[in-house]
Amino acid sequence: MPTAQISSSPVQEVKTTTCYMCACRCGIRVHLRDGMVRYIDGNPDHPLNKGVICAKGSSGIMKQYSPARLLKPLKRKAGAERGAGEFEEIEWEEAFATLAERLGKIRATDPKKFALFTGRDQMQALTGMFARQFGTPNYAAHGGFCSVNMAAGMIYTIGGSFWEFGGPDLDRAKLFVMIGTAEDHHSNPLKIALSKFKRDGGRFISINPVRTGYSAIADEWVPIRPGTDGALLLAIIHEIIATGLYDREFLVQYSNAGQLINYNESSDEFGFFVRTEVPTEEACYEPQDKLWWDRTTDRAVVTHKPGADPYLLGEFKLPDGTPVKPAFQLLHERVKEYTPEWASQITGIPADVIRRLAHEMGVTARDQRIELPIAWTDSWGKEHDTVTGNPVAFHAMRGLAAHSNGFQTIRAMSILMSLLGTIDRPGGFRHKAPFPRPIPPCARTPNDPRAVQPNRPLDGMALGWPSDPDDLFVNDDGSPVRIDKAFSWEYPLSVHGLMHNAITNAWRGDPYRIDTLLIFMANMAWNSTMNAVEVRKMLNDKAEDGEYRIPFLVVCDAFHSEMTAFADLILPDTTYLERHDVMSMLDRPISEFDGPVDSVRVPVVPVSGDCKPFQEVLIELGTRLKLPAFVTKEGARKFRDYPDFIVNWESEPGSGIGFLAGWRGKGGEKSLRGEPNPNQWEMYKKNNCVFHYELPKSYQYMRNWNKGYLEWSQRNRITRYAEPILIHIYSEVLQRFRAAAQGKGLSRKPPEALKKRVETYFDPLPFYYDPLEAQVTDKHQYPLAAVTQRPMAMYHSWDSQNAWLRQIHTHNYLYVNARTALQQGIEDGDWIWVESQWGKVKCMARHSEAVEPGTVWTWNAIGKAAGAWNLTPDANESQKGFLLNHLISEELPGTAGRISNSDPITGQAAWYDVRVRISKVPEGTQSAGAGETAITAPQFEPLKPYPAMKERSSILAYLGIKLK
Amino acid sequence: MTQLALVIDLNVCVGCHACVTSCKEWNTAGAAGPMGDQNPYGADPTGTFFNRVQTFEVGEFPNTETVHFPKSCLHCEEPPCVPVCPTGASYKRKEDGIVLVDYDKCIGCKYCSWACPYGARELDEQQQVMKKCTLCVDRIYDMSMDEADRKPSCVKACPTSARLFGDIHDPESVVSVAIRESGGYALMPEWGTHPANHYLPRRKTRIKIHEDELERADNPLKVDRQLPKPAMSEPTLDDVTTW
Amino acid sequence: MHPAFSVIFLTTFIGAAQGLFLALFTAQSYAAFKLLPQPDSQAFYGWGSLLALALLALGLGASFFHLGHPERAWRTATKWRTSWLSREVIVLPAFMGVVFLYGLAHWLDWHPVLVTLPSGLPVDPTAVLGVVGTVLAFALFVCTAMIYACLKFLAEWHSPLTVANYILLGSASGFTLAAAFAALAAPELVGFLAGWAAIITALGLISRAASLFRNARLKPKSSLRTAIGVKHPRIVQKAQGFMGGSFNTREFFHGRTVAVLRVVKWGFLMGVFVVPLLLLGFGLRGSAEVLSLAFAVQYSGLLAERWFFFAQANHPQNLYYQSIA
Ligand SMILES: Nc1nc2c(c(=O)[nH]1)N[C@H]1C(S)=C(S)[C@@H](COP(=O)(O)OP(=O)(O)OC[C@H]3O[C@@H](n4cnc5c(=O)[nH]c(N)nc54)[C@H](O)[C@@H]3O)O[C@H]1N2
Ligand SMILES: Nc1nc2c(c(=O)[nH]1)N[C@H]1C(S)=C(S)[C@@H](COP(=O)(O)OP(=O)(O)OC[C@H]3O[C@@H](n4cnc5c(=O)[nH]c(N)nc54)[C@H](O)[C@@H]3O)O[C@H]1N2
Ligand code: SF4
Ligand code: SF4
Ligand code: SF4
Ligand code: SF4
Ligand code: SF4
Ligand SMILES: [Mo]
Repeated sequence: MPTAQISSSPVQEVKTTTCYMCACRCGIRVHLRDGMVRYIDGNPDHPLNKGVICAKGSSGIMKQYSPARLLKPLKRKAGAERGAGEFEEIEWEEAFATLAERLGKIRATDPKKFALFTGRDQMQALTGMFARQFGTPNYAAHGGFCSVNMAAGMIYTIGGSFWEFGGPDLDRAKLFVMIGTAEDHHSNPLKIALSKFKRDGGRFISINPVRTGYSAIADEWVPIRPGTDGALLLAIIHEIIATGLYDREFLVQYSNAGQLINYNESSDEFGFFVRTEVPTEEACYEPQDKLWWDRTTDRAVVTHKPGADPYLLGEFKLPDGTPVKPAFQLLHERVKEYTPEWASQITGIPADVIRRLAHEMGVTARDQRIELPIAWTDSWGKEHDTVTGNPVAFHAMRGLAAHSNGFQTIRAMSILMSLLGTIDRPGGFRHKAPFPRPIPPCARTPNDPRAVQPNRPLDGMALGWPSDPDDLFVNDDGSPVRIDKAFSWEYPLSVHGLMHNAITNAWRGDPYRIDTLLIFMANMAWNSTMNAVEVRKMLNDKAEDGEYRIPFLVVCDAFHSEMTAFADLILPDTTYLERHDVMSMLDRPISEFDGPVDSVRVPVVPVSGDCKPFQEVLIELGTRLKLPAFVTKEGARKFRDYPDFIVNWESEPGSGIGFLAGWRGKGGEKSLRGEPNPNQWEMYKKNNCVFHYELPKSYQYMRNWNKGYLEWSQRNRITRYAEPILIHIYSEVLQRFRAAAQGKGLSRKPPEALKKRVETYFDPLPFYYDPLEAQVTDKHQYPLAAVTQRPMAMYHSWDSQNAWLRQIHTHNYLYVNARTALQQGIEDGDWIWVESQWGKVKCMARHSEAVEPGTVWTWNAIGKAAGAWNLTPDANESQKGFLLNHLISEELPGTAGRISNSDPITGQAAWYDVRVRISKVPEGTQSAGAGETAITAPQFEPLKPYPAMKERSSILAYLGIKLK
Repeated sequence: MTQLALVIDLNVCVGCHACVTSCKEWNTAGAAGPMGDQNPYGADPTGTFFNRVQTFEVGEFPNTETVHFPKSCLHCEEPPCVPVCPTGASYKRKEDGIVLVDYDKCIGCKYCSWACPYGARELDEQQQVMKKCTLCVDRIYDMSMDEADRKPSCVKACPTSARLFGDIHDPESVVSVAIRESGGYALMPEWGTHPANHYLPRRKTRIKIHEDELERADNPLKVDRQLPKPAMSEPTLDDVTTW
Repeated sequence: MHPAFSVIFLTTFIGAAQGLFLALFTAQSYAAFKLLPQPDSQAFYGWGSLLALALLALGLGASFFHLGHPERAWRTATKWRTSWLSREVIVLPAFMGVVFLYGLAHWLDWHPVLVTLPSGLPVDPTAVLGVVGTVLAFALFVCTAMIYACLKFLAEWHSPLTVANYILLGSASGFTLAAAFAALAAPELVGFLAGWAAIITALGLISRAASLFRNARLKPKSSLRTAIGVKHPRIVQKAQGFMGGSFNTREFFHGRTVAVLRVVKWGFLMGVFVVPLLLLGFGLRGSAEVLSLAFAVQYSGLLAERWFFFAQANHPQNLYYQSIA
């Protein structure tokens, strides 16, 4: 490269949009030359990523021009078997006509025979609305198999969560405890914050069976046995309470710790808060009608009574003789047995380390208090001169969530965070709009099967937040209404559905058969299904009458995935660089701690081939099916296309609430609410595709109880009520279910077979139990826990078509602690069998010192089915790569028959509960057949390329340009 | 004399590979490109990259450190790769110390790669010329870019800002300050190559808690009568002895 | 290092050619001092030089296969000030030219006396060309060897023994070839040449054995500790950052087991030294077949030796490329 050639950059045009190489949604600048993407970098003016970008984001070019892209609608060839990958090209008109006819019939007869499940997408507001308008209850996105425990466990406790709803304030924290996180959705921002935090001298502790990625730079790594964090957290709570390191003032004012609970075991009210009066109005907030036992007057008073200060510990008797205890007393009693020594046995963490962790948290929280000169007013009208905070921040993700005891573990963590006084305070956990929400949030599903009616929208939301047994979506006999059995007694708080059971249930016809299954952006025949081998058979399985058990399967995907092979109809989606998208306040926006932020994607390159954005597909289908939201009263088309829909749709006529919060009102002068603005897209485009509303400082903290903020939020229709959202140290919601299971009260009662289950797990205080799979496993037979981790340079299954990223992760190994491996005679690189009760895989082992000896792990979703993603059938992904999902069952044997392998409260898929054993593949038997090189097992018939896909080249000298 | 360099802070690098692909992306389309890939969709895909991120495990469980370690050409001040080049294709720029390869002169003899102890050079299989990190020389002087963009692509990309860029001969530059204050070191100092790129080591923050810090006057248990004074009736020394 | 066949052929071919030339001129010098009968100028020196030239050309040809851009090979002459490779590239054609002229002079029987040395020895063009050629032959040995020996972090190569080996092994094969050739073209010189071939082979054995001995005892200066700058006795690479291989994994690793290396080592010790020495012993009596066999064995042995030479060199860069994951 002679110096003379180093002239101006090879770029002609720069457009901004939002990345979608993962769900983080960073702002990007796409540099184009001759209309081709040349370079993608982070947008420095974007609030989320501030100019940085990740490995995936930088490889967007290779996604855009990937030969695995589907470029034309395809239908299964007449006569070809499903799953054989034999397709013919069709026109969109035929696709629409087929769909409109089929779905029209279903809608006119039994709408629930249409099921729509969507994967790692970011348009649940639209897909959910489509399903509701259609009238089917059978809709969910990926949350159930992803991290619903994290959402539900925290939202049912503090009214907000990590994940996309809130996070650690690392700007001001002094101690950061990260639990079970490898990468997470807040990918770039978390990295930015973490390095800043470390450089500012913060102390970073990672609790994880594995030390990679973020954990690598932790000041301390605390290796833990998978599934046992509940024990650790409860022991830390034990120690925090025993040493008095909790923030009493915070608990008293902002949680239900001091509220009195009826402790009369014979009463129907046992375990419920004592109330001053029955609220007259049925509203979605918690009335301030509970009692404290006041220290000064030594009697029960209404909470927050000026001048009153409650006892948190002790036992009291109401004047009517009812024994009562403050919630905190019950917590204190609960954790009495949970000593560090006890937890040490379970977690494998030495007791003195547990104690030290507790002390570090407690002392940092107590002694390094932050005081900001920000005046604010609390919900009870008390004015504060300062906002204070205790600088201990937590972050946790699927290491906690993806276990069947995850909900209670996450409750324990939320309570620990609350004991330390760190909720929506500087240096602790901070909410992001539209959170906090009431506990639970107000959305409810219908609670009656009659909500599903032909030719009518569903009477309620497809997904919601039950607050008591009467909110369950069950038939009169208590059986589930939904195909995935969400909101049933089996998984009452399954607020994100149970996508991981949809196929198995539909195949079995339990609770009923469906007709059409539409899968959008989910690879349910591979990495996002449990028990992939069997599920693939189910997708192809025919009933006695020769009809497929799932009669019609539609897949909208952008790539040649394993899932598309099973489709009867494939709808080719665009890439993120080719379409409009919204990251809406109605969904999971990219809000910051300091206020709401939403964002959009705009096309920067023309649509490839005959692709069509799924958004457009939904609008077109909705219009053809005459779903009320998409047509006028007369039945005429209401929206030209998706951009038109986004601009003009309002939740109700004149509500001023739409998908986008920015530049509303005729001229774009309004924010959050306002009439549709025809130039809204232009204004987003001009502003880096993002709208950021910064709240006044006084509204940025303590939002659960911040009068100003809550009223602001009410004015802007983010919430309906401006009532305070007290932290649920003690969960009355759970107690309601437990009481019903005990036969108490007036609400619905669980079916006999599930009573014990509901009673056990719906404990209003967190407790530790062995994950369900461990309960039905002989741990001596299967001594190891097997988990996966996200690689930072790969997004689930969809990047193995990416020529650059797949060079970084082209196949995977099972990482085993070197000592554990050597006990089995397994050397580094050896071929091994990994067996669970449910299946076995053959793969290669790698020794590691960075994994807890009772755990084995691998990167998630690197293994591929041969031929898929338009890779050659001998590509490493299928020959040396493997999928852990083959070892994980979607169901467990239960006393009452098969039950989902999920958290019994939320239905969260228990990916990380699987127990395995490993053994060396005997020498000489490593090859699949004589003379063949060693390959992983199981293997599947190689998938062929489909029509209308680009040839894959054997050499890429992509984008090379000769400079003059 | 200017010597531009990268300083890589292992204390914050999480091994995300952003610097790897953003480097590839910039350079394949820029003056150093294309950087070919062979078998991009087949078995054992391979290609030319200027920067790789590696992972090492240090120590034994449970005292294991996982170290993510990005490596590109270190732009040695005494680059052994330069004098061995028979064509002069490999050269070190006087004005800024960047070591470059002139693709038009390179005959692809690979000798320079033998002379680099760091494995920092890669022969491009397509073009059959030697390639390596250019320190994004086609960005850092490109006046058509905003000043903020006149940085190596990997540096801009890095989410943890683990990659610092500047002149290590200017004692006040960010890189010199970082080397000085955070213990910056060079790789394989035993060969006298004097790499311009430096690495910053892991640093640990600990908290020391004294026993007596746990129980204090403001212990909230006192409010709830949990750390009470002993009852008057409890036995004391007075009950058993006299002086 | 990954042994590249182009370089193996290059160095062994030109080594043999250099040795052959040295053998020719040694014979000529001895003859000048009447220590040997004067062989036929055309048949021995002329054809002999042609044979050397042919080998040089083969070597040169092989070297082109090593280059990504052979059409730019001319550029390599520019950096002779710093680069041994560049020097080699200059010396090699110069040497070829001299060999050509030397052969030509002999072919044309062109022996005008240019000067007469004080000792009364007449100096003709072949003598001048012979001296120049000898200097160039040694220079070429040094250049070739220094290409490897100058790389200080390739400890196996970074030693005067490398230069000695290149000189001795090249000369040995050249003398063996000369002996075999003499069996056809100048039978009267066979004993002399075979004798020298045996002596040089024996010297080569000593020097090569010394380098083997030395290399077996080398302690690498670099370790993962210095490579990544972390001071800890136990560092293990878990991922090299890519999985399908790269230039760095293809160019610097031979990919063979220790057992293969051991076999090759004993193979070349047999092939380069032991067997040729025996055959040379038999061949002293002048059998062209035996001496040709000796050369064939020795040359093959040298291919193995050169393969081993590369394979044994452990590049410090390899520390960075230890683990696929
Ligand atoms: N063993 C194990 N399994 C797991 C997990 C685990 O940790 N361990 N994690 C689980 C979790 S949390 C999740 S969220 C799931 C994720 O699993 P999925 O939701 O299935 O995610 P992907 O496999 O990445 O992508 C799904 C499909 O989206 C397609 N796609 C990509 N871009 C587009 C686009 O622009 N439009 C359309 N229409 N399609 C597109 C891809 O081609 C792919 O077929 O995996 C789950 N599975
Ligand atoms: N690059 C990249 N980013 C992604 C994704 C991706 O595929 N690639 N996927 C996105 C999606 S859909 C999701 S849901 C998020 C998930 O983000 P994460 O939750 O960070 O992802 P996982 O890889 O599931 O990480 C789980 C971590 O928990 C640890 N772990 C497992 N079991 C336990 C346990 O019992 N206790 C503790 N303490 N730790 C445990 C594992 O070792 C692992 O480090 O990431 C998102 N971001
Ligand atoms: S973190 Fe996700 S959204 Fe951000 S740049 Fe990377 S892939 Fe794109
Ligand atoms: S790192 Fe290697 S290629 Fe770069 S200057 Fe130093 S010796 Fe040369
Ligand atoms: S490969 Fe190119 S740059 Fe390297 S030494 Fe040879 S000619 Fe010089
Ligand atoms: S400085 Fe430029 S060329 Fe060098 S590693 Fe970084 S991005 Fe690549
Ligand atoms: S981009 Fe930064 S954090 Fe990521 S691997 Fe490179 S240096 Fe490390
Ligand atoms: Mo997920």
